[in-house]
Amino acid sequence: MQTPTLFALLLLLILVAYGTGFSRAIAAARSRGGIRSLASLPSYYGVHTALWCGLPALILLGTWLAFDDAIIRALVMGGIADKPASISGQNLLYAQIQNLAAGNQLGEITPQLQAAAAHLTSLRQNGQYMQTALILILSAGLGAFALLRITPELRAREKVEKVLRAVLLTCACAAIFTTVGILMSVLLESIRFFHAVPVTEFLFGLHWSPQMAMRADQVGSSGAFGAVPLFTGTLMVSAIAMFVAVPVGLMSAIYLAEYAGKKVRAVAKPMIEILAGVPTVVYGFFAALTVAPFIRDLAQSVGLEASSESALAAGLVMGVMIIPFVSSLSDDVINAVPQSLRDGALGLGSTKSETVRKVVIPAALPGIVGGVLLAVSRAIGETMIVVMAAGLAANLTANPLESVTTVTVQIVTLLVGDQEFDSPKTLAAFALGLMLFISTLILNFIALHVVKKYREQYD
Amino acid sequence: MTDMTQTQVRERIEARLASRHRKEKIFRGFGIASIAFGVLAVLVLFTDIISKGASAFVQSQIQLQVNYDPAELGIDKVDGESLAWANFDGVIRSALRERFPDVTGRRDKRELYSLVSNGAGFNLRERLESNPALLGQSEIVWVNADDDVDTYVKSLSKSAEGFLGRTSEQKAAWIRQLRESGELEKRFNTTFFTNGDSREPEQAGIRAALVGSLLTLLVTLALSFPIGVAAAIYLEEFAPKNRWTDLIEVNINNLAAVPSIVFGLLGLAIFINFFEMPRSAPLVGGLVLTLMTLPTIIISSRASLKSVPPSIREAAMGMGASRMQVVLHHVLPLAMPGMLTGAIIGMAQALGETAPLLMIGMVAFIVDVPHGITDPSTVLPVQIFLWADSPERAFVERTSAAIMVLLAVLITMNTCAVWLRKKLERRW
Repeated sequence: MQTPTLFALLLLLILVAYGTGFSRAIAAARSRGGIRSLASLPSYYGVHTALWCGLPALILLGTWLAFDDAIIRALVMGGIADKPASISGQNLLYAQIQNLAAGNQLGEITPQLQAAAAHLTSLRQNGQYMQTALILILSAGLGAFALLRITPELRAREKVEKVLRAVLLTCACAAIFTTVGILMSVLLESIRFFHAVPVTEFLFGLHWSPQMAMRADQVGSSGAFGAVPLFTGTLMVSAIAMFVAVPVGLMSAIYLAEYAGKKVRAVAKPMIEILAGVPTVVYGFFAALTVAPFIRDLAQSVGLEASSESALAAGLVMGVMIIPFVSSLSDDVINAVPQSLRDGALGLGSTKSETVRKVVIPAALPGIVGGVLLAVSRAIGETMIVVMAAGLAANLTANPLESVTTVTVQIVTLLVGDQEFDSPKTLAAFALGLMLFISTLILNFIALHVVKKYREQYD
Repeated sequence: MTDMTQTQVRERIEARLASRHRKEKIFRGFGIASIAFGVLAVLVLFTDIISKGASAFVQSQIQLQVNYDPAELGIDKVDGESLAWANFDGVIRSALRERFPDVTGRRDKRELYSLVSNGAGFNLRERLESNPALLGQSEIVWVNADDDVDTYVKSLSKSAEGFLGRTSEQKAAWIRQLRESGELEKRFNTTFFTNGDSREPEQAGIRAALVGSLLTLLVTLALSFPIGVAAAIYLEEFAPKNRWTDLIEVNINNLAAVPSIVFGLLGLAIFINFFEMPRSAPLVGGLVLTLMTLPTIIISSRASLKSVPPSIREAAMGMGASRMQVVLHHVLPLAMPGMLTGAIIGMAQALGETAPLLMIGMVAFIVDVPHGITDPSTVLPVQIFLWADSPERAFVERTSAAIMVLLAVLITMNTCAVWLRKKLERRW
């Protein structure tokens, strides 16, 4: 039976289980003087039966679907005597077998391949039968078992609630699974990468050109993985962005919190927050087609040489993107500073700006620093703006009018398109991803810690 | 200081007063300038996009008198097989030749044929398919002009001589002639909303990308909303205060700030490489976006659970409800509006996301509209990214138009969220 049909049948079984559980509970109670003699409401008996009938079967189905391809592949490949040693060779062989099993005859067909394809087909066939049988038997059997256990004394509600609580806990752990998943995927591939390229070369090398040679005598394809130009490029673009975002964001937060009247606030705050809702790809388009040519022309008119993919354009637009982020975080912490501090300063005769500069800002400083750190981590991880507006060439330069490349740009260029999974070129993207993950994690950790510490101070 | 008289102090204070007030004004001016910069950025961004993209909603079309001549088409009846082989391009060419009878020579003729989009044959085929009685008849149809023609016609409205680009002087003369006789008009660009991607700008549309976005969002919503709400309920209502719960909280806060591209790496390594799910599929895109939006949804759901006053819980407990019943029957329905608002904002965030979807292969050139969550497809932001890379001038306006559609959807979603919050919000 095909999986969707099986799934539909399973749902039907669960519904039937609910109905029979419900009516059986009422029937069991009849001899004892009606529903009131039941330990729980009848619907809980229904849900209890349905859970027994459905939950284990669904879990089994999920596990089966996740692993059956891998197991079948292992069985088929295990049956082949002389298989190629390399992973890509094995992939190719398996793809050939799959094609043959699907009825597409491509290339040369050996009797060995033929046998393997037949093996694959029969395994799939048998797997399907086994899956159907196992799941239906499990579901019906456990459903019947639960039905038989229904007595007026069965505490169905408590059992159901226990299961529900376990489900809630599993959902709450999704965040942990995600973090583990990220770490596993990035770390494992990075370790494979560092087998091919030494860590020191990656971290301290000054030359980045990830193209690997297809032939030994090819020109300019040494494959150098020194990531320093990427780090400096990322830092430069982020620095330009922060140079725009921090003063503008902070000053607008101060103005909105301390000076602006209700009406100005009601108009200006949502206006600036619109910037946060614009997708990054739109900023990228804006940077590449409007800002970058504008900066190039401007630089040329004052006699400077500027690339049309300058770091300045990407950084400026990224800064605009981050303004609302800085301003809303600073707004929160400035508003959290107790009014009594301001009143004290004003009472001593200081002007409003002196109050802000000498009392409010120092009091809010930890929160602001935390917010800025979060903004930096966002700038480092921002992808689309730099992919579209910054360059691809890894220049080691300090001139913001030249084109630079960043860590995220390189991850995208290395991984977009067809790729094989065992070349250092692809794995390098994961090593870069690891660097990105670690640096943003550290920044976030410090920032959240600082913000949390600060919030407690005046509560 | 000690032996200063009061007047001396006053003098010193007054001497500095002017400069202090000046500083105050400057500080205030900086504040106003910052706000102005932010507002200006919004205005420039929107006017830039709209001025670039508005023209993409119209498309130059050329009126042709076509004759569905069976001999020219090379068919004698209308059915699937013969339509597939029929020479519709030939019909269009002869219609063009009839309109401009004095064009001779191979090069000139080829120039003439290139007035019309090379997708025009498909339009004729569709017309004939829906109305087989047209075979052997002649009718007037409007077909899309080529993108170079379109660009030239649109540039004419900005300046008198227009932007010729690859268009030759001779072609421009034909275009002017057609425009004067009313046989070339700018009409509403339906192709943009009914077609998938194409290498030819005049045939490219956003339908496939829109459907892909919709499917991806459906997967995201179906997974992230229940999981997010369940996680929020556990953390807010049931979780004991211990290390494990702390760990979960730290994790959620950190994931909210992890760059989206890292989620793309996770999707590539785990969903595609390990579980061997199909590339470019909305299913995988939805899974990746689920992981990405979960923290947002959990955080906003927790906030709305927190805002339900404890008196509700106590009252329900007092009536003998179990903790689970308190939550499911009383707290959850009251917190639902806030959770829905959070979910809409999370979905808006997911809809605009591009980078992680590049990693899992949703950048492929896909023409067909996807029919299910495992079909290869692309999404609107990725389509924008792809078009922004295309060299044809006509793609710039289409990219901007696609951005306008995306922004319109996002603004609608956010307005909905605000409206929902206003409408359903309860003050306790």
